[in-house]
Amino acid sequence: MHIVMTLLKRLIYAAILLTAVLVLNFSMMHFAPGDVADTIAASMGGADAETMAQIRVEYGLDQPFFVQLFAYIGRVLSFDLGYSYFYNTPVTELIFERLPATLLLAITAQVLAVVVGVLLGVFSARHPNGIANYFVTIFALFGYAAPVFWTGILLLIGFSLKIPLFPVAGMSDVTVQGGFFVKALDIAHHMVLPVLTLSSIFLALYSRLSRAAMLEVLGSDYIRTAKAKGLSNREVTLKHALKNALPPVVTLAGLQFSAVISGAVLVESVFSWPGLGQLALTSILARDTPTILGILFFSALVVIIGNLVTDLVMRLIDPRVRGHA
Amino acid sequence: MTQIDDTPAKARSPFSEAFEMFRRNHAAVIGLVILLTIIIIALIGPMLYPGDPFDMVWVPLSPPGEEGYLFGTDYLGRDMLSLLIHGAKVSLTVGVSAAFVTVIIGITVGALAGFYRGWVEEALMRLTEFFQVLPTLLFSMVIVSLFGASLPMITLAIGLVSWPAVARITRAEFMRIRELEYVTAARAGGVKNNKLIFSVILPNALPPIIVQAALMVGSAILFEAGLSFLGLTDPNVASWGQIIGSNREYILDASFAVTVPGVAIFITVMAISLVGDGLNDALNPKLRQR
Repeated sequence: MHIVMTLLKRLIYAAILLTAVLVLNFSMMHFAPGDVADTIAASMGGADAETMAQIRVEYGLDQPFFVQLFAYIGRVLSFDLGYSYFYNTPVTELIFERLPATLLLAITAQVLAVVVGVLLGVFSARHPNGIANYFVTIFALFGYAAPVFWTGILLLIGFSLKIPLFPVAGMSDVTVQGGFFVKALDIAHHMVLPVLTLSSIFLALYSRLSRAAMLEVLGSDYIRTAKAKGLSNREVTLKHALKNALPPVVTLAGLQFSAVISGAVLVESVFSWPGLGQLALTSILARDTPTILGILFFSALVVIIGNLVTDLVMRLIDPRVRGHA
Repeated sequence: MTQIDDTPAKARSPFSEAFEMFRRNHAAVIGLVILLTIIIIALIGPMLYPGDPFDMVWVPLSPPGEEGYLFGTDYLGRDMLSLLIHGAKVSLTVGVSAAFVTVIIGITVGALAGFYRGWVEEALMRLTEFFQVLPTLLFSMVIVSLFGASLPMITLAIGLVSWPAVARITRAEFMRIRELEYVTAARAGGVKNNKLIFSVILPNALPPIIVQAALMVGSAILFEAGLSFLGLTDPNVASWGQIIGSNREYILDASFAVTVPGVAIFITVMAISLVGDGLNDALNPKLRQR
């Protein structure tokens, strides 16, 4: 019962946050200099004064701000994010077309970063003078200081142009024919460089944190007890230490959803990955208000859902969290 | 005649102790030297290497060294070295001013939340969470595209999405310090809230905030580079990210035009990170084993 109540409270809070995001974004777009009707007219190839007035009435732009705001929130509640002037398509359709590509890229990169980061961290904590330590330090510096789009371009130059191992752009090759497995393999082939690029930012973060957490745990009394019981080093590391070193990494990973989206926008641009980031950039440059609002809303939704899921995962792996709901 | 030094050993100020600690950290000192060099280049470079960076001087995309152009020319035949020198000033200025905006908003929100607690804290922390939910890069892209791609607007946009981290650190420090005895004593002595916040608690809360601010400069430089790489920047100003973005189509023929400015960003941010780590060790000795 307790967990249901907590979850319910979180959900209500999430709904309030999302509404606030909607209000802020809508107001920002509304009060920005420039006229939306102009953009719509431009996308139609120009319009005279009469048509402009007609556009204003049609899109409800002649209504007072609050009427427009509440109408927008009402539409979003019924899963209608409006109609893109630029693409001439419903915004939800546009977003759902692009969302899978971004999620695939972002989730694979995060999983890779967490797994490799934790492995590197654990290994370097167990061998403080070993080569893994240097790796972690170098990764950490590179991951922090290199602009992610530059890392992507370097990989592109190295492993796509100079040594043609991977495709230059896109998510799949239209000339590839075959069943599901062949197509999946083709996508995986296209994914290698973008995923490596995106995970490079986070790899450093996770390996540093898991090394610190492991060093702290390995020095504690119960690890000494476990060793005294005669458990092997491997057993101590995997069964006892890792279990306690993992929660901080999961918490940190859960806080990165916003950063992952930011990174994805840049990585998608470098590799022409057909995801939300690319859609965002085009619609921002074309000032396609409904699409921009829709993407901002969806990104906030992804971050909020991500935080909720992290919370639930933390409850599963860390019994201490359950007490402090 | 021998003179005996009879001045009592002076207790060292925390400042000189921190300075000593920083000085002994080789990585941090190297970082500082690199950073100072870049700052000097940004300040006096345009005087030593005069000329408008936007002038077309030679064949487009000619490789480094040709015709005496150390880093070659870009896709419009402009001198890359001149662009890089002018870009340094832009990147550093935006980085430092955006970090400043971040710190000012962060300290204000964090200090008020940590000091007043109650509903003030509740409201401000909800506001902080709200800003953490916003997708930072997307949101700032929208701000810049809507309100004008000028350097002040870019600075403001970066500051506006980056302050929550500073607010959280400041709040945590304020919550810890406000319970300490000297604060209670000052309060009992009739010190007003304003003075308590700014003269009693804030100076003692500064060390972790200074470290965060230093690292923020690095993040802001990367942030600006990302925005200008995507083309959301003032087209009349050269910045490192913008040089990469405008030459990206030509990586097949002239990879130097994107690698070199990237190296400039990398070295600058790395130097800042080394200095930040050094400051962290020097100012927060308790946290040293990170």
